[in-house]
Amino acid sequence: MAAESVGQGLQQVALSTAFDVHFPALEVVLPLVAAPLCFLFRSRAFARILSAAVAWLTFGVALVLLQKVLAEGTVRYPLGGWAAPYGIEYRVTVAGAWVILVVSLVAALTLLFDSRGSASRLAPERRYLYYSAFLLCLAGLLGMAITGDLFNIFVFLEISSLSSYALIALGRDRRALMASYSYLIMGTIGGGFFMIGVGLLYQMTGTLNVEDMAQRLPAVLDTRTVLVGFAFLLVGLSIKLAVFPLHQWLPNAYTFAPPRVSAFLAGTATKVSYYVMAEVVFVLFGAHFVFTEIGLGAVLMPLSVAAMFVGSLAAIYQADLRRLLAYSSIGQLGYMTLGLSLANVEGLTSGLVHVFNHGVTKSGLFLVVACVGYRTGRTTVRSMAGLGTRMPATSLAFVIGGMSLIGVPGTAGFVSKWELIRGALAAERLWLAAVVLVSSLLAVVYVWRVVEMIYFGRPEGLESLGRDGEPVREAPFSMLLPTLILVAATVVFGLWSDPTLSVARSAAVELLGGAGG
Amino acid sequence: MSAVGTLLAELFAEPGSGWIAAGLLLPVGAALLVALLGWVARSANLRDGATVVVGVASAATVLRLWGPVSSGERPRWLLWSFAPGGHLEFVVEPLGLVFATVASVLWVVTSVYAFGYMRGHHEEHQTRFFCCFAIAIGAAIGVAFAGNLLTLFLFYELLTFSTFPLVTHHQTTAARRAGRVYFGILLSTSVGLFLLAIVWTWWLTGTTDFRPGGILAGTSPGVLVALLLLYGYGIGKAALMPAHLWLPAAMVAPTPVSALLHAVAVVKAGVFSVLKVVTMIFGVDTLRGAMDRVAWGDVLIWIGCFTVLSASIVALRQDNLKRRLAYSTIGQLAYIVLGAAVASQIAAQGAALHIVTHAVGKITLFFCAGAIYVGAHKTEISTMRGIGWRMPFTMGAFFVGSLSIIGLPPLAGAWSKWGLILGASQAGEWLVVATLAASSLLSVGYLLPVVLQAFAPRQGGAAGGEDAGVQEAPLLCVVPLCLTALLCVVLFFWPTPFTDLLSGFAGGPP
Amino acid sequence: MSLLEALLVQRGLWVYWAIITLMMIGLYGVIARDHLVKKVMGLNVFQSSAILLYVAIGKVRGGTAAILLEGEENVLYSNPLPHVLMLTAIVVGIATTALALALTVRIQEAYGTLEEDELARLRVREDEEEAALDPHPFDPPGEPEDVEYPEVKVGGGAGGAGV
Repeated sequence: MAAESVGQGLQQVALSTAFDVHFPALEVVLPLVAAPLCFLFRSRAFARILSAAVAWLTFGVALVLLQKVLAEGTVRYPLGGWAAPYGIEYRVTVAGAWVILVVSLVAALTLLFDSRGSASRLAPERRYLYYSAFLLCLAGLLGMAITGDLFNIFVFLEISSLSSYALIALGRDRRALMASYSYLIMGTIGGGFFMIGVGLLYQMTGTLNVEDMAQRLPAVLDTRTVLVGFAFLLVGLSIKLAVFPLHQWLPNAYTFAPPRVSAFLAGTATKVSYYVMAEVVFVLFGAHFVFTEIGLGAVLMPLSVAAMFVGSLAAIYQADLRRLLAYSSIGQLGYMTLGLSLANVEGLTSGLVHVFNHGVTKSGLFLVVACVGYRTGRTTVRSMAGLGTRMPATSLAFVIGGMSLIGVPGTAGFVSKWELIRGALAAERLWLAAVVLVSSLLAVVYVWRVVEMIYFGRPEGLESLGRDGEPVREAPFSMLLPTLILVAATVVFGLWSDPTLSVARSAAVELLGGAGG
Repeated sequence: MSAVGTLLAELFAEPGSGWIAAGLLLPVGAALLVALLGWVARSANLRDGATVVVGVASAATVLRLWGPVSSGERPRWLLWSFAPGGHLEFVVEPLGLVFATVASVLWVVTSVYAFGYMRGHHEEHQTRFFCCFAIAIGAAIGVAFAGNLLTLFLFYELLTFSTFPLVTHHQTTAARRAGRVYFGILLSTSVGLFLLAIVWTWWLTGTTDFRPGGILAGTSPGVLVALLLLYGYGIGKAALMPAHLWLPAAMVAPTPVSALLHAVAVVKAGVFSVLKVVTMIFGVDTLRGAMDRVAWGDVLIWIGCFTVLSASIVALRQDNLKRRLAYSTIGQLAYIVLGAAVASQIAAQGAALHIVTHAVGKITLFFCAGAIYVGAHKTEISTMRGIGWRMPFTMGAFFVGSLSIIGLPPLAGAWSKWGLILGASQAGEWLVVATLAASSLLSVGYLLPVVLQAFAPRQGGAAGGEDAGVQEAPLLCVVPLCLTALLCVVLFFWPTPFTDLLSGFAGGPP
Repeated sequence: MSLLEALLVQRGLWVYWAIITLMMIGLYGVIARDHLVKKVMGLNVFQSSAILLYVAIGKVRGGTAAILLEGEENVLYSNPLPHVLMLTAIVVGIATTALALALTVRIQEAYGTLEEDELARLRVREDEEEAALDPHPFDPPGEPEDVEYPEVKVGGGAGGAGV
């Protein structure tokens, strides 16, 4: 409610100046301009405030855009005034606005999080570089969801990827360097594949605009070039989306990155790739071609199911909390791609609503781990021992977030899972519904392991002392606040799912109604 | 602000919805109040006082709904939707009202008992205990008033989660292990089977609403029986073998928890759900027809009979009193499942009545077990020789409770067992009739020896020895157990409020 | 159609074969080389092949540069767009290479080696050291022994199955 009224307020301000036509560009330009500013001023305090302010502004703009898209349909913005097929067009669809809303919300809240201590490798006087990279990453992710030009998507993809490699390498543990390096190799190959795919499609259609290409593609769909181009696009995106078995880069990257970076990337990076994949599959090629003619479902569905089980099973055996959460992400991404592979409204709705639900949940959980790491100095499952009494709010936040991962009714995770099951049934696959339910039992195991540690463990000796040799106590308010907001959101939107579901559904309907569908 | 306004407007738009909201929210309010007074104000007396006051208010609210419901009204309260096909909706119908009444009234009694027990025992973390207790009761009332399967499922899970801290109250290794069993079985059955059954139902019918006469008419018999089995095992709280293992495990909890939750709220939420699903999702007539047409249609009945008999036999061999009572509960719960599985109106009414009578009887027995531990520090039946002479009230109440569970007049259990046997014989299910008769004999065998042992003449007439320290438990413990024993008698002579309310509840649309 | 035929008969396709060969060389380098810098070189080759693909797409046989000249209408010119796009891609490639090399420098500083098998060994050891700090991640530490009533043996409920 509050968010809506803020959105309305912003919209009114915007209307009074007739400035809101530029909002799609503003969404990307804001962080893109702020990033070099952070670099130029070379002040950590300035960079911190500026980046947080910019992130909140993008969130506000995203809210306005979403409302506008819902009210008036797709918002188009010819960049530099060049008309669509020739110039680059920013095209905000419902799904796109939904994704940028999630990305900017998670960015705003993680930047609100006061990462004290030296969580990153940078010397304090050079910490402004961190914010520069963070803003670039944000700009890239937002741009991917806003732009309607395939090559532009590639450019933004690389902007966000390059800055995230840099961010991950800032992790304090030296293993962060190797994690970043292998992500860089995988990510670059993925990006390269995407670019090759775009090139092949351009060769056949002579356009880069998504909608324009979607109109021209049916005429040449049966050529091998288009088929190969589609394969390149899909594999490239699958790497960025960490589709099983292309997920190898993800666990280490999330484990060793600085805490806020883990929280931000876990909530956003893969989600944006998911949106792009949905756009490629449903808008560009159309569900009929992808699922009926080349039968992608027969490949994507088993892979998604495998991801659900492999990710969750691996999470059970992790000693490190962040790695546990990272493997859980692989499983959760499996739910999302499974929704996509069903190719019906319910399935795609579940995937898109999970973009929000899982983004919020997983970012919240990574922030919880950041709080734990700040107080105890470690982020292992065992470091949670006995925190139930010493960090009660943080512990409760983990329990609630964990429930959302399991998909307990009343949390956001349940909403997406229920919708996914509906999708499976709409596709007449009762066994798939059973598989989804059974796989969520695995989540119970890895979440409950930690919960038992929190409430039944009693730390001994040195374990009872925190990072500075002081007794462990509740995390400071500036860390707790964004964490609790994210966790509370999982409950609020778990019980009151009308707004999230209705937006996700209209996004899914819009995507499925795309050309060739 | 506008959200709150619309919420309030919705609340009182329809008659009765405000009362439903109050019945649901009062326990939640109690939990908040308990937390506030216990953790912030740090006053145990204020905290416990608040529990009782809010408990009485909540029971009164539920009782207030008897008027409209018995005159045929079905008060409802519709909130927003929390999943497609799942509105957060509450509808009060007779069966749910009976369950809610049992839970909320016995909550007050148990609270009083718990003060005596927890204080007499110097238990730690009492605030957390009473806080979770209140939430659990709220969840049980939510289960009772749920208007569709998804709402029921939501509160069913909330009940599991809120009782977990109660079961593992002592936070020891044994508690943790028991917690794993408790949680593992309840959650895996509910997520793996119950939710699947709900989804399947929703797929078949396009709705999850509870409707008199059921919603599954016209479905093929084989599917119906498969669904019935999914529901029977999916609702793990009904403790059908082999999903019963959580119940003995849960006995590590403090006795008030075992008493209220594992004789009343949690297990009854399970059998209540089974009964409600059979009467208002399947419809007894639809189910009856399906069972007659499928070769293995009686499979749930076989499982129920097996559970009744084997649980009773296992109970015979238990020396730990609480474990014996736990196995007795498993057997008695299976009575109710059988009453549902027989799929006749009379059996369903008997089963519904059994929710009440078994609750009153079994809570008495658990109260006594706790009082014996507080007063005599004994847990094993073999060591209880002669304690009845020093704890006459406790063991007297135990005797009354035992007779009610066995089903002898003039005690409440007689009515419900009568209804069950009548329903089963009318439906021609002679296996059920035989099982019920055999089980009565077995329950004589596992309950009465406890009484006999307690009132056995003391050996050698030695006044000292090991029972020197044995005395009646604190007054706060003894009064509630006498009260519930009295209820067992009262409900025999005056069962009409329940029988009137429940008459014909399992039938079709009025 | 054999490879040779493809090369000979379908004139003009040879460039794509060259690009694919280049791409495979690059990918092979990334996968098979142990030295981290050599992997980056493989990545460069891979990116170059993609860039060449675009350049090849834009080329029109006999076409000139896309410059509008006074008085000359209907000139056959190569498509300039892919070439322009590649300016961006080259920038991306340079940024990637720079970042990758910076990372290798840091890895060399941190580990003293750039050989992948060596690094893998070091990392395994690091993981093991970390795991040694946290033994038994499944069992919460320091639980008190059971002193409290009630003594209930969990799992003994299996007695029910024995009947």
